Amino acid sequence: MAKVLMKGNEALAEAAMRCGCRFFFGYPITPQTELAAYMAKKMQKNGGTFLQAESEVAAINMVYGAAGAGARVMTSSSSPGISLKQEGISYIAGADLPCLVVNIVRGGPGLGGIQPAQSDYFQATKGGGHGDYHLLVFAPSSVQELADMTSRAFDKADEYRMPAMIMGDGMLGQMMEPVEFKDPIDPATLPEKPWATTGTGMKRKKNIINSLYLTPEELENLCIEREKRYDKIRAAEALYEEIQTEDADVIIAAYGTIARVAMSAVEAARAKGIKAGLIRPITLWPFPEKVFAKRAETAKCFLSVEMSMGQMVEDVRLSVNGKKPVYFYGRTGGMVPEQDAIVAEIEKCLKNSQAGMNY
Amino acid sequence: MEKIFERPHSLSDFVLSYCPGCTHGVINRLVAEVVDEMGLEGSTIGVCPVGCSVTAYNFFEFDMQEAAHGRAPAVATGIKRVHPDKLVFTYQGDGDLAAIGTAETIHSAARAENISIIFVNNTIYGMTGGQMAPTSLIDQVTQTTPFGRKVENQGYPIHVSEMVSTLKGACYVERVSVDSVPNIRKTKAAIRKAFECQMAGKGFSLVEVLSSCPTNWGMSPVEALERIRTEMMPEFPLGVYKDCTETGGVR
Repeated sequence: MAKVLMKGNEALAEAAMRCGCRFFFGYPITPQTELAAYMAKKMQKNGGTFLQAESEVAAINMVYGAAGAGARVMTSSSSPGISLKQEGISYIAGADLPCLVVNIVRGGPGLGGIQPAQSDYFQATKGGGHGDYHLLVFAPSSVQELADMTSRAFDKADEYRMPAMIMGDGMLGQMMEPVEFKDPIDPATLPEKPWATTGTGMKRKKNIINSLYLTPEELENLCIEREKRYDKIRAAEALYEEIQTEDADVIIAAYGTIARVAMSAVEAARAKGIKAGLIRPITLWPFPEKVFAKRAETAKCFLSVEMSMGQMVEDVRLSVNGKKPVYFYGRTGGMVPEQDAIVAEIEKCLKNSQAGMNY
Repeated sequence: MEKIFERPHSLSDFVLSYCPGCTHGVINRLVAEVVDEMGLEGSTIGVCPVGCSVTAYNFFEFDMQEAAHGRAPAVATGIKRVHPDKLVFTYQGDGDLAAIGTAETIHSAARAENISIIFVNNTIYGMTGGQMAPTSLIDQVTQTTPFGRKVENQGYPIHVSEMVSTLKGACYVERVSVDSVPNIRKTKAAIRKAFECQMAGKGFSLVEVLSSCPTNWGMSPVEALERIRTEMMPEFPLGVYKDCTETGGVR
């Protein structure tokens, strides 16, 4: 189909319905508002269910029930609401259920603010809820990528039987850009889920959706099995974009909204004769660690630019593994790093690395 | 020889994890009997949340989902919206339903969600070792009210059937008991009515079952059944609190 001009939040909702999502359970919160509003308007016409739950806690547990019943299902919220959903997300991971959770991140901690932020990186990639588990975490940086990653997130969640998350922020959710959608698919054509609780129909043994295992050996074995799945995902599913990294002395690591500003900063630095480049992780879990390890052979230093007090920088350091200095520059609380400030940081990083300062 | 009595098909041969003398097993069996008798074994999805019935997914022979503490009505909502033609019920205790899960209980009823809740009220948290429940009686001694539940400290017990019956979305609400054979028969009839209400698409149903907990009450099974009659029934009177099943329901 032709390109249309749409808000990020609405494009995500449209993409979700087009890839067969017919169940949305949510609770109002800024700045994901347009996503739920779009679902409320369109889902019923598509023969699906939009339900405003009594809380984020209830919403994520409705997602659990629907996912366990075999549906392609999602919820969306923003940081404080995502914190409330963490118990449910842990249960969903523990019961090996596929679903999509969208976090249109705002500044925190606590009630924080409503302006764009990336301060939920730890929560998204390091667990969030209790127990040994991961989410597939996608961090798009344009409206088109929001739409594309939505269907990919659903497909991968189904493939690996695990929850997926899309991390955006208020800026990405509210901005309007041209977007081209895939043709809608019929949910009936999605791969079957023989493990789902659909009623036995007296044709098969009962199915159980559960995360309780009182025998420690059994629980450990399940965690080991899940970890093997995670290893496969680490090897196969990391996504990233590289820009001008081949000859770069300083490589910026940035994802989502701020990667766009970082891209402009790279161009501006190049115009000043500085060899700058950008690695933009598109999946935050699995983290694209190999490309950082590879570029650590040639670059002089790295600079993680984030809308947080420094969270992804830890994964960049782990990936670079001490080979080169990894610096951090960030703004938080709804403040967004500006291009000139990033260029100044690039220049500072180069000086510091030449001076042997590692942080 | 002709077999005249057997385990319901909907009940597995798994050894129940309930304490000796506990009436959970009776209620599990009644649910299974009703599912069998309605011919719904192949089209039932049950939800068992945290509490003494947390492993009930092992006890029933139909599809089951285990739910987080208090969240069973939300989980059941998700299931029912995906499979509106299936029988979807939750099996919840008093701590689960009336403390941590109060919001889910009230809102699923208010939405006229077409699900059934089997609510087992034994006035105590059984699985965790006998703490005060939202339904614990005044002066009831528990692990966390060692000197008895006092109004000035812990307030009053919650009356779930009365509360839920005030909601327009609730179609059928009855409080029953499993203290005696006649009451067990009435409990089975109430469960059947709730499931029929749901299968006819008439809306939310809740059956509150007064049940015993000999272990945590520190009583013999027989004394515990007597306590249901002498202490619980005066506080939680049996009866139908709401019934719109004759008028086409609330949806």
